[in-house]
Amino acid sequence: MSALPLTGRAARDRKPHALNEWRALGGYESVVHALRGEPLQVLEQVERAALHGRGGAGFPAARKWRFMPARGTTPGDGANYLIVNGDEMEPGAFKDRLLLEALPHQVVEGAILVAYACHASEVIMLIRDAYRSAIDGMERAIAEARQAGLLGTDILSSGFSLEMRVHASAGRYIVGEETALIAALEGGRAVPRKRPPFPAQSGLWGRPTMVNNVETVSCVPHIVTQGPDWFRSLSLTEEGGTKLFGVSGRVRRPQLIEAAMGTTARELIERCGGVSGDGVLRCFQPGGGASGFLEAAELDVPLDFAHVRQAGSSFGTGTLIVLDGTACPIGVVARHQRFYARESCGWCTPCRDGLPWVSRILDALEDGTAVSEDLEVLRMTAAQAGPHGRTFCDLMGGAMSSLASALERFSALFDEHLAGGCPQRVASR
Amino acid sequence: MKVEIEIDGRTVTVDAGKDLLSTCLEHGVDVPHFCWHGALGSVGACRLCAVTVRDDPHDAVGRVEMACMTGVAAGQHIRVDDPQAAEFRARVIEWLMVNHPHDCAVCEAGGACHLQDMTVQSGHRTRRFRFRKRTHRNQYLGPFLTHEMNRCIACYRCTRFYRGYAGGRDLDVFGSGERVYFGRAADGVLESPFAGNLAEVCPTGVFNDKGWSQHYARPWDLRLTASICPHCAVGCNLTLAERHGKLRRVENRYHGAINGHFLCDRGRFGPLFVEAAARLDVARHREAPIDLQAALALARTMLADDAIGIGSVRASLEANFALRRLVGPERFFIGVSDTEAVLVRRMATLLRRGPSRIASLEAIETADAALVLGEDLTGTAPRAALALRQAVRGAEKALAAAKGVAAWLDEGVRVAGEGRRSPLILLTAAPDALDEVATLSLRRNPSAIAAFGLDVAAALRGEPVADADANATARILAAAHAPLVVAGAGLLDAAIVEAAAAVATALGARAALALFPTECNSIGCALMGGDGLDSAVTALEGAGEHAPAAMILEADLYARADPAVVDRLFAAAATTIALDCLATRTTARADLVLPVASFAEAAGTTVNHEGRAQRGFAARPGRMPASWRLLSELRPGLFAVDAPALDDVLVALAQDCPALAAAASAAPHADFRTPYGRVARAPQPFSGRTASDAAGRTVDGTPPSDPDSPLSWSMEGAHGVQVPAALATGAAAPGEHSPYAVWRAQTRIGGPLRGGDPGVPLIVVGALPDDDANVIPPVSVGVQEIPGPTLLLIPLHDPFTATELDGASALLAERAPAPRLVLHPADAAALGLSAGGAALLDGVPLAARVLLDDGLPRGLAGLSTVAFGRRGPPRRGRLEPA
Repeated sequence: MSALPLTGRAARDRKPHALNEWRALGGYESVVHALRGEPLQVLEQVERAALHGRGGAGFPAARKWRFMPARGTTPGDGANYLIVNGDEMEPGAFKDRLLLEALPHQVVEGAILVAYACHASEVIMLIRDAYRSAIDGMERAIAEARQAGLLGTDILSSGFSLEMRVHASAGRYIVGEETALIAALEGGRAVPRKRPPFPAQSGLWGRPTMVNNVETVSCVPHIVTQGPDWFRSLSLTEEGGTKLFGVSGRVRRPQLIEAAMGTTARELIERCGGVSGDGVLRCFQPGGGASGFLEAAELDVPLDFAHVRQAGSSFGTGTLIVLDGTACPIGVVARHQRFYARESCGWCTPCRDGLPWVSRILDALEDGTAVSEDLEVLRMTAAQAGPHGRTFCDLMGGAMSSLASALERFSALFDEHLAGGCPQRVASR
Repeated sequence: MKVEIEIDGRTVTVDAGKDLLSTCLEHGVDVPHFCWHGALGSVGACRLCAVTVRDDPHDAVGRVEMACMTGVAAGQHIRVDDPQAAEFRARVIEWLMVNHPHDCAVCEAGGACHLQDMTVQSGHRTRRFRFRKRTHRNQYLGPFLTHEMNRCIACYRCTRFYRGYAGGRDLDVFGSGERVYFGRAADGVLESPFAGNLAEVCPTGVFNDKGWSQHYARPWDLRLTASICPHCAVGCNLTLAERHGKLRRVENRYHGAINGHFLCDRGRFGPLFVEAAARLDVARHREAPIDLQAALALARTMLADDAIGIGSVRASLEANFALRRLVGPERFFIGVSDTEAVLVRRMATLLRRGPSRIASLEAIETADAALVLGEDLTGTAPRAALALRQAVRGAEKALAAAKGVAAWLDEGVRVAGEGRRSPLILLTAAPDALDEVATLSLRRNPSAIAAFGLDVAAALRGEPVADADANATARILAAAHAPLVVAGAGLLDAAIVEAAAAVATALGARAALALFPTECNSIGCALMGGDGLDSAVTALEGAGEHAPAAMILEADLYARADPAVVDRLFAAAATTIALDCLATRTTARADLVLPVASFAEAAGTTVNHEGRAQRGFAARPGRMPASWRLLSELRPGLFAVDAPALDDVLVALAQDCPALAAAASAAPHADFRTPYGRVARAPQPFSGRTASDAAGRTVDGTPPSDPDSPLSWSMEGAHGVQVPAALATGAAAPGEHSPYAVWRAQTRIGGPLRGGDPGVPLIVVGALPDDDANVIPPVSVGVQEIPGPTLLLIPLHDPFTATELDGASALLAERAPAPRLVLHPADAAALGLSAGGAALLDGVPLAARVLLDDGLPRGLAGLSTVAFGRRGPPRRGRLEPA
């Protein structure tokens, strides 16, 4: 019984397992077990395991599955879909990559279980185009599973049929947003869609659709085989399981760590060899580029969705970005906003036209050409475009949360930038 | 279901299931909005229509929601004036203006720009953006539209209209973020025949009417007049915009039952024919210009003995009626072939006979199954084809509703609808633009199309039918709640029209029947009565040496009948007098030519395909008189009063032609006055005189008068929503100058205009007059065998070329496709013809290039109407390489 269910079985060289190797490690036992019972049993186990979606929003996975109607009960014709979201593009995030590259059978196994639980008849693994080896490995794993009768019609004589295929995403940050993902998958522009209708009601090609993150899906086999109580016991908090933490930035050994849900940033940074650079922690983002900054006082916040939210930031994809005393948070924000401005789909006004403005101002702050009115615009944009519902999707909200926290926590630093640009840059000249 | 909500402190009872934005607008609460469009639904892109919503009255803060994306729910408290919503709206405008150029002063849209209106309404004043704006490269999009992408504020209305509503494919959005680009993959002519609507759909100055762009003025310097399109039988309502005596542009004039928010390009750009070089402005006797009074004296002499009159399907009821009075009913003919005259009379009878409803375009849009027999609607009545494209979306909307997706959520409906289409069965002789949305497209020759229709009717009556497609079609139509049958005069085939009526009759009262005749007043002429040109020629030739003179009203007869017959008319008539606004082949042959006003310079009533009488008015003071006025001068006492006005003609019309009596009430009479007096053509801020001074020229003096309408030529009188719908040119109001203000004049979003949509029905189902002499017995048809070396020539219609009016519009002429002869490859091979080559028809060189299309049935040859030589019907012809 591994305390590292997600990564414990990965080969040291991260070479993906062949089916027989995976089965030798206990792979697909969960499927054999689950298909003997009812879909609702899988769902209830996951509910009791308190599995929160790992894609960023942290919504309880089983509760989301409950929105999916049983097969054949939706007007219209066609399949019910499960889309496994492997379009990992959040700045600083590299967690799904490991699961996709090293453990494709774990993803396939999880996807079969999720599809069973939420009445999907077709699974589409949407993988970021840049993850070429993940795409190849996943295609191999699916072919092997199909050959072994784990996919296709009447799987293991259970009466349950399931098709599965890989779709290489064209690669846009916004494709991580589930409705934009669906639009892109249909061949359209990757533009988010209004909810309601929720994808579970009218998703891919108008059919009931569940979109789950790769890591979420990968947790499910372990919940089924080891039980929900065990899964919950892995966590230090109310949210079950372990979590993949990608730690990057100014740490000595940036790395991906599987650790209990609720592990603190202090422990993660220590496991990465401590803060690099000048060795002094200036601040960190606990959930990637779109999460608010935390500082040394928050190092002991248990990292899960609820606690990080309470601390005023967001847990996102569990992607820790660490800044030391020589790293300028304004520079970090500038780079991130440039990314979000570029990745805006262009659908709604605040994001399309507001983000590039923000980005230009931050660049001006960096190079010393900003004026004090610019700070007003930054504050205005964060306040007006940040709140949920102001923009069509949450891309802008995420971008604004990191900007807002920087404005709040480092206001003196912004003022310093007004007088001649980034002091750090000036100092290094 | 009705629910109560509170908007800005006022409790209102509203329809549940609608969005908050249309609900607010329908209840007179102005919410700034941008990407929302009454015909295109809600998409939530611009974020301007933010309002504060409280579900609980004790909630002190509420939440800012986009009104267009929020459904009505009982007990909601909405505040449009809430400071947090108002502040957000101002910031949205500030963001929209980040990249928008400061070029209002030189922008064609300036002054009637939705972006300007919203900017002023929302309170954004000072630009804070101080960086370099993004710039785009513009594209050449063809003769109709300019492209100025730097002005784009990315509301997505253009692509939503062009692709989602009109089914176009060659305009799209490219790129992402602030670089989103709306255009074509490469420079080129926009393919859709509805592209011109982009000029109005665009809320700012990206897409502009090119004709307007070349001669644009400030919109407040334009005089606007209600008019009716003369370019096909649909009768779309137009607004003609005039300045300094020139027609500057045509815009859509909302009509709830006909054109809604959109026109076709023929209707938008065709009316520019009134500025054509071919306009007649002097009288001519045997080519030599003569003074008008001398010409009138000459005409009186020529008419003294005896004359026949040739009426016109493109002229007003009043003009035709004046001619009929002048020559007498028995000497009044219509300037089309006998075949066409009989066919259109029969159409009117069939519509009147019922029991099916007469289909307006609105009825076409709401049909849940449709059968089109023989008619290339996109070519003959383009706006009706656009309506049919909306009908096809019905099934998708129904499926979305079954999934609980609100109808106003445009994108949501398109997705949840799973691409379902309501059945459209299309039987045409040649491949059709609507094929791409049809459930079943069948290519047959004309007689086989009629036979198919009769089979469908028989199957509907429960009779055994061999044709499996006909049986399937009958099943589909029988299952529909509101089936629609469409036919027309495109092939001038009476059997097809009879078959369509037979299908509609078999379906009963729930069916709607749409029959499209050829021109804007075809039905009016049919109701007035009169045989066609063949009969006129027979009458002339029968009179031998004592042949009377022939007076030809406003039409190029060569475009409407067999040229040989027209030649015989000129040969047989003692003398010929032609009245027209354009120089044509017909005026070139007439002995005496009298210039008259075009539809844009005279009030006149036309009757559309539904039998709806509608009136348009003079959009500029004309130098040429209306035909009916000129005719009244030829014979004193023609009407009860000397120097009659339009209303006097209409009184006489009611006396002579009871079937047309109601036409008088198509619009308010000339003595109608609003509480504000006349109806102003010029908007309130009209500054024509001062602007004229600046140009070094003063237009001053006695204002012209208009005895034929209650309209004034100045800014004095009623404006906007104060004006009855039949005279109104929009609902612009202080602070809201763009075409989008039209919602103010609607009873509900997309519904009828306040006070009722204009026009009066002259054809009422079931009201068959006892003495209806036009009834001809239904025909039976057999499938025509196509033997030997000749092919059956089918006229190919196109959206840009129908009559001499279209050819005279410089913009339309540029867009007209090259004349083509379309053949099945096997037929072409057998005849030795190859693609791109030239051909002889019956030994005569054909001004058309050969195109091959295996979608055309064997034995048929499609030929562009311009090269066809005359308006149908199909005829046999021998084709060989030139």
